[in-house]
Amino acid sequence: MTNKENFLKGFFRENAVFTLLLGMCPALGVTSSAINGLGMGLATTFVLIMSNVFISIFSSFIPDKVKIPSFIVIIAAFVTMVDLIMAGYAPALHEQLGVFIPLIVVNCLVLGRAEAFASKNQIFPSIIDGVSMGLGFSMALTMLGAVRELLGAGKIFGITIFSENYGMLIFVLAPGAFIALGYLIAFINKLRKA
Amino acid sequence: MEFIVIIISAIFVNNVVLAQFLGICPFLGVSKKVSTAVGMTGAVTFVMILATIVTYLIQKYILDAFGIGFMQTISFILVIASLVQLVEIMLKKVSPPLYQALGVFLPLITTNCAILGVAIMTIQKDYNLLEAVVFSGASAIGFGLALVLFAGLREHLDLVDLPKGMKGAPAALVVAGLLAMAFMGFSGIV
Amino acid sequence: MADKKESTFINMVLVLFIVTLVASAALGGLYELTKEPIAAAKLAKKLKAIKAVVPEFDNNPSDDMYSVDMPSGDKIEFYPAKKGNELVGTAVKTFTTNGFSGYIWVMVGFKPDGTINNYSVLEHKETPGLGTKMEPWFKQSDPAKASCVILGKNPGTSNLTVSKDGGDVDAITAATISSRAFLEAVQTAYNEYSKQMKGGTK
Repeated sequence: MTNKENFLKGFFRENAVFTLLLGMCPALGVTSSAINGLGMGLATTFVLIMSNVFISIFSSFIPDKVKIPSFIVIIAAFVTMVDLIMAGYAPALHEQLGVFIPLIVVNCLVLGRAEAFASKNQIFPSIIDGVSMGLGFSMALTMLGAVRELLGAGKIFGITIFSENYGMLIFVLAPGAFIALGYLIAFINKLRKA
Repeated sequence: MEFIVIIISAIFVNNVVLAQFLGICPFLGVSKKVSTAVGMTGAVTFVMILATIVTYLIQKYILDAFGIGFMQTISFILVIASLVQLVEIMLKKVSPPLYQALGVFLPLITTNCAILGVAIMTIQKDYNLLEAVVFSGASAIGFGLALVLFAGLREHLDLVDLPKGMKGAPAALVVAGLLAMAFMGFSGIV
Repeated sequence: MADKKESTFINMVLVLFIVTLVASAALGGLYELTKEPIAAAKLAKKLKAIKAVVPEFDNNPSDDMYSVDMPSGDKIEFYPAKKGNELVGTAVKTFTTNGFSGYIWVMVGFKPDGTINNYSVLEHKETPGLGTKMEPWFKQSDPAKASCVILGKNPGTSNLTVSKDGGDVDAITAATISSRAFLEAVQTAYNEYSKQMKGGTK
């Protein structure tokens, strides 16, 4: 595929959350606000790009049978890096995202791209793949976070749009995450068919 | 008594899937039939309890002892990956039909955030080994409960007439949300 | 990618070992680099909680911290705030186990005479929209709701329980259990604080 196609695919046609249904756990778990969704998305994008690069470079040196474990170790290393950097330089966000930061390592999106793309392609396309899928993922999480934050608390990115008393509290709670995502996917499906 | 609190909390009040959002991928992927849901639960329970025990020991005797806490993610995920390999080999020998039924979902247990999540939470909650076993076992039961209930609901969903845009994932998610809402009724018990 | 390495046992083990070794080394390095910022962030967070509840100070309350063990196994922590060596307030990290959903941790700032200067809810699992109102409820500025406010009250002279139980404080609407628990935590802080004040020159 051309570089442009490669870059654009992660946003809609192959969007991790809306189309491929990957990375559901963080999508539901940290999107109680737009900024949390964005933060998680960017952290995951960093891991995606770095692991894609390293796996693209070294994949040919790794025997087939240990490919998956090796990929997992590489991904886990970058996840720990993100964890440490955030703990030191973005402590508030780090606390909000909590256990979902180490869980990036089991985000099927990351291992999936490593296996399906990075191990079979050159560095530059792998970088674009990481950027595309990562930003698409970030976009999905931010959208879901914004919807939940707006409907549930009347705010977006912390800016109050309407009073919290008019919000539907359920949306910032567990059930609301499921319901909001369900309708969001249905809505996006509708848009894609149109 | 403490154990009852841990058990009720893990299964109902803080259900690993419906309240903590862990294990969603298999939750959505394997829950189409009740029989596969039950099989998956068995495999997950086995891996979850074993993984929690091994990671607990690693944390206490290696990571904490040598002050290399930052190796937690790498070591834990390697343990889980190896355990899943083990389960795969065992299942192939002991119950080939179940091995076939679970198919591609078996290796996916490695990426089941519920397993890594429960292992990490056990450390965060500062449980001792016995509490860790109880917690992981109860979490696995909670996972299974959510999975089996949801499979039952989905078997019905498939027979119902839905607007085209809602078929599949969207409807499943909304129903999961309603199930999560029902489970919210348990809050305040412990 | 063209050639793949053979999957001999030695190759497999060697490669996995090297990958893990390099990863661990890289992480070890980054860990050393981020150790300080992480510790600084933790300290800043603690100081922020203390600053929010006691009057201005110029010492490091975290350094002067002392604690008391409670029967539940948890500790009540006292952070003295001093200005020019004189005690201007003490931040007490207190808790209750009787919240609607378990533990509630609160940081209460007492003036030296035991009056409540301010408070900050640290950790809880109360119901969003109900129990979570704890943070603003007991310090709201609406004069019509003055009976809900505990700032300026001294638990030694006021009855710091909900009015339903005969106390002086109005509970959060529809969140009596959380309110009761919150006040219990504050009362516990005061009780332990008074014990400390009577006991010595802290």
